This record gives sequence, structure tokens and C-alpha cells, in this order.
Amino acid sequence: MRRHALKSALLRPQFAALAAVLFINWLLFPGFFSITWQDGRFFGSLIDVLNRGAPVAILAIGVTAVIATKGVDLSVGAVMAISGAVAAVMVSTGTPAAIAIPVALLAGLLCGFWNGLLVTYLDIQPIIATLVLMVAGRGLAQLITEGSIVTFSDPLLSYIGTGAFLGLPMPVVIAFVLMCLATVAVRRTALGLLIEAVGVNRSAARFAGISSRVLLLLVYSFAGFCAAVAGLIVAGDIRGADANNAGLWLELDAILAVVLGGTSLLGGRFSIPMSVMGALIIQAMNTGILISGFSPQFNLVVKSGVIILILVLQSPQAGQWISRRFPPLAPPPKRSAK
Amino acid sequence: MSIIKKLALVAGIGALMSSTAYAEGLSGKVIGFSQIGSESGWRAAETSVTKAEAERLGVDLKFADAQQKQENQIKALRGFIAQGVDAILIAPVVSTGWEEVLTEAKDAEIPVVLLDRGIDAPEDLYLTSVASDQVKEGRVAGEWLVGAVGDKDCKVVELQGTVGSSPAINRKQGFEEGIAAASNISIIRSQTGDFTRSKGKEVMEGFLKAEGGGAGICAVYAHNDDMAVGAIQAIKDAGLKPGTDILVVSIDAVPDIFSAMAAGEANATVELTPNMAGPAFAALDAYLNAGTMPEKFIITESKLYTPTDDPQGEYDRRKGLGY
Repeated sequence: MRRHALKSALLRPQFAALAAVLFINWLLFPGFFSITWQDGRFFGSLIDVLNRGAPVAILAIGVTAVIATKGVDLSVGAVMAISGAVAAVMVSTGTPAAIAIPVALLAGLLCGFWNGLLVTYLDIQPIIATLVLMVAGRGLAQLITEGSIVTFSDPLLSYIGTGAFLGLPMPVVIAFVLMCLATVAVRRTALGLLIEAVGVNRSAARFAGISSRVLLLLVYSFAGFCAAVAGLIVAGDIRGADANNAGLWLELDAILAVVLGGTSLLGGRFSIPMSVMGALIIQAMNTGILISGFSPQFNLVVKSGVIILILVLQSPQAGQWISRRFPPLAPPPKRSAK
Repeated sequence: MSIIKKLALVAGIGALMSSTAYAEGLSGKVIGFSQIGSESGWRAAETSVTKAEAERLGVDLKFADAQQKQENQIKALRGFIAQGVDAILIAPVVSTGWEEVLTEAKDAEIPVVLLDRGIDAPEDLYLTSVASDQVKEGRVAGEWLVGAVGDKDCKVVELQGTVGSSPAINRKQGFEEGIAAASNISIIRSQTGDFTRSKGKEVMEGFLKAEGGGAGICAVYAHNDDMAVGAIQAIKDAGLKPGTDILVVSIDAVPDIFSAMAAGEANATVELTPNMAGPAFAALDAYLNAGTMPEKFIITESKLYTPTDDPQGEYDRRKGLGY
């Protein structure tokens, strides 16, 4: 039974897609899978994929929960910039990082809470409600940094972005822990079921006794919190807060990661680990393009081509076609919605 | 008071004190400045330098921030024309759509000077344009590298700006021109780092992996300093010494590259001066007070800075400018 479950999980198109992208990377650059030990940490392209994919993976964890409620959060990129700016300005003016980091996380939580308020109490459509903060949030971050890149040399804050734990880069560790905690929280309690219920039909969920407002506030706040964590990583990585560019367009990568992970934008069934997998597919592609030596004019074309291919392979039609041509050993993986 | 009367008055005063013809300078002149916004540190520095220059010359500067919108700039220009300012400085956000409002300024006989960006409009609609030569910036960086490596073979990796942006295209072209004569120097990898630190770092990490841990790389050329700062961190993470094992050359001369230079981690940067207003005011001075037509395109200097140019001093001097 357990072997069956593992087999059907490995048959998911996301695993095939990731394996295919990694294989192509290996063809382009034979040293892709080589990992060495250097300065007390693992060092190699595969580690780079994990490390660089971590911020988007963390964003995707939060955005998955929001999308499962039939919402969307466009503001996570801007919230990253805000949390990085708050932490950087505080440590560069002498506040200890042990205080600055919780304050930055709180700032992200509040941003998410604000989105939740707009969505629940003012009943603004999520795409519009979070668009407000997407635009205004970056301005807010620029106000905090006064338009310049605020640099710092605080060891704790840079450890979040560049440190290593058990040989793995800190961002990878943080993303992994966050993924496990979030998955346990939604799958070992009723939380996941409640989120799906609200996503499928908010009024029905309310009539069934779910306080959907509290739940939505919680989910948006969590997305804001995740964005703040990602913001700290990005700021710690370059030892500076770049309000103009930190997290720029990453909300779109996060949404793409969620979609590649198989979560429907129409709400309902969702999977946090699969969204993280989606983020890794995107990053494996980015890293592959970087080391392939293609001229940068091809970056976006290659990326979009691969994404279209993956989405086509994931579509129910392709799934049916494949199972007709190649009768599966295990029952075909269930699709989201309907 | 119309500009003609003012000119006549100035000319009269000038005639009276012919030995100190420019003593009046731009003092007391009202000049409008329509700035794009503050999308980058350089832009913020340009604004603060322009304000400082205006104060030094006694110019009454009317500042308008367009927040990246052309309609705001057109509104600001109409406002300046209505106030009857003596001259207008504008850093145009886009290159098209200026004919109408510039014709209005011309009809009001207010000279307009373009700062750091050109426009697609008949040249008689503006007095002059002050800008840097981006190709030259790249060439200066390339020529520095040629001098720095001498006869040794040198494989260069390039961090490009945003794909398709004019600084990325021109700085690439200029650098290639700069190293064209040196057959021992070749660009082996070139990717975009989007002008940002984090992308610069990420791309450099990829380059280092792809080139055997950086052993085959002799120098990195970044289209701006921010990407260079990111690349420096990536080089350090890979266990190499930036500035020694891998030479670092970039463009812009923002404060942080000077602190890297002071630490021996960066080797050269080419300045994109934020002082576009200085030459603009000088041209206006000559035009308003003596009627001298300036050249149509004033090119600012692309000065090379290396560790011998007191990087710590440059850092201290620049960090207050709002970069």
C-alpha cells in the first residue's frame, strides 16, 4: 500500500518535469551533479538550485494556502522588499538583529493581515486587494530605505541569507522546515480541509459553520509572514536591502510555482510540497539557462517554452492520452477539482 | 518680464561691467527642473547634486518629481511655462511625445535642456542635451582591462544589464571595442544580471560553477556596480579573492563599489556622473547672459576610478548624495 502511494507520487508529472529539466542541465553542463565539500558546506550547481529556489519556494508555501481559498496574493514580492528594508534599516542604525528580525517578520504578518482585512471585511476581490499592496508596498519599502540600497554587516542577518547548517545553505534549511511545518499544520489537523472548503465555496463553508473570515485572515497573514521570511533571506544574501529590486516580479514566479505544483487557481485541492517542487522546477530551469552559455536574449523564450510543455503534460487531456497509450501500473494520480 | 527684456537687461549690465561679464551668472534666475522620479540610487543622487549646484549658483530651482509618468512631466512643463521661468531642465522619462509641449516652451522663448536621456523630436525644440556616452563608458572599462592584464591571457565573464536596455547594449558594445585590439582577452560567458545585486550574485555563482570553480576566469566585467558588488560576494563564497584572483571592473561609480575598492575587492569603475546639471547650468549661463549657442549634444566625462584614487575618500564624498 505504502509502496503504491510512493509509486503514484513519483509518477506525478512534477517529478518527471524536474527530472527532465535536471537531465537537460546535465547534458548542457556535465558537471551539473557534482557536489564538493568546501568551507564547511556543500558546493555545486544542484545546491545552487536549492539555495536560489528557496525564496520562491517559501513564497509559494504561503501563496498556495491563499490560492487554495480561491484567492491570490500579488503583494508577496513587495512584502519581501518591506521586510528586508525594515530589518536592514534597523540593524544599520544599531538595533540588534535579534530584535530587527522579529520586527521585520511582524511587518510582513501585518501586511498579510491588511490584505486579509481588505478581502474579508471590505469584500474586495483578492487580485485587486493585493494589487494595492503590490504597488504601494514597494513604495513603502523605498520610503523606509529612502530610495537607496541600505547595506549592513550584521552577522546574524547575513547568516539567514548566506550561512550553512549541516552543510546546507540556510535558505534551504528554512524553506524545508517551513514546508514541513506548514504541511503538518494543514494535513494533521482540520486546517487543510477548512481551507479547501472555503476555497470550493465560501458561503457553503460559512453555512457549514466555518468562520471563513478568521480563516482567510489567518491564511493571508501566513502568506505575508512567508514573504517576510523570503525578504530576510534575499536581504541577508546580498547584505543589503534593495527596495527597488528585492522580490520584484517574484509574486508571479510564486504563482507559477503553485500552478506547476498542480494546485488549481479556482481554489480547493492544494499541495504545499508540490508547490515547492514547482519552485524547484523554475529554479532548475533558471540555473540551467545560466550555465548553458546561451545568449541572454533566449532566457525568457526558453523558460516559457519549457513551462508551456510542462503545463500541457499536466493537463487532464494529456493525462488521459498518456494513460490510454501506456496503461499505468498504479492507478492514475487524482487531478485537482472536479 | 519677458525673456527678451531680461536678456536686454542682462546684456546692458554686462556691457556696464564688461570686465566681469559673467559676474551675474545664473544668480536669481528661476529654473524649472522636471525629474523622472527616484527609481534608482543614481537618480536620487542626480536630484541632490542638481539641487546643490543650483544653490551654489544662486539659482531659484523649481523641482517637480514626475513619478515615472510622462503626463506629470508635461503638466510640470506647462506649469513652468505659465510661471514664466527663465529656463527648464528635464530628464525625459520616455523618448517620444514631446513635440507639443516643447513647441509651447519655444513659443514662450524658454530654453529647454535635456538631461541624461535623449528624445525623438526636432533638434530646434531644445537648447541642448547633456548626457553620458554609454559606449565610451564600456570602452574605458575595456581599455583599463587591456592595460591591467598586459600580455597575459585573460578570459572575461560579463554581467549584462537588463536585456534590450540601451545601457546594456551600449556598454557591451563599448567594452568589446575596448578589448578588440587585445587578442589575449576574450569574453567567454555573458549573461544578464538585470542590473541588480542579487541577480549579479546568482549569475556569477553559475559562471563560477561552469568554469571549474572560477579557475578559468581572469576578470568579471559588470554593466553596473550593483551587479559587481553581488559578483564580489559570489567570488568570496567560492573561496576566491575578488580583486586578486578575479579582477572586477564595472561602471557607474556608486559609493558601495568604492568601499569594495578600499577593501581591495574591486579594481576599477567608470563614473556615470550624477552631475548632469553642472554642464547644463554652464550652457544656460552662456546662452542667457551672452547669447552663446551651446553644442547640441554635451557629453559628460567618463572618468575611470581605480584603487589609487582614494576610494575611501570617494566613498565618504558620495554616500551623502542619496545613492
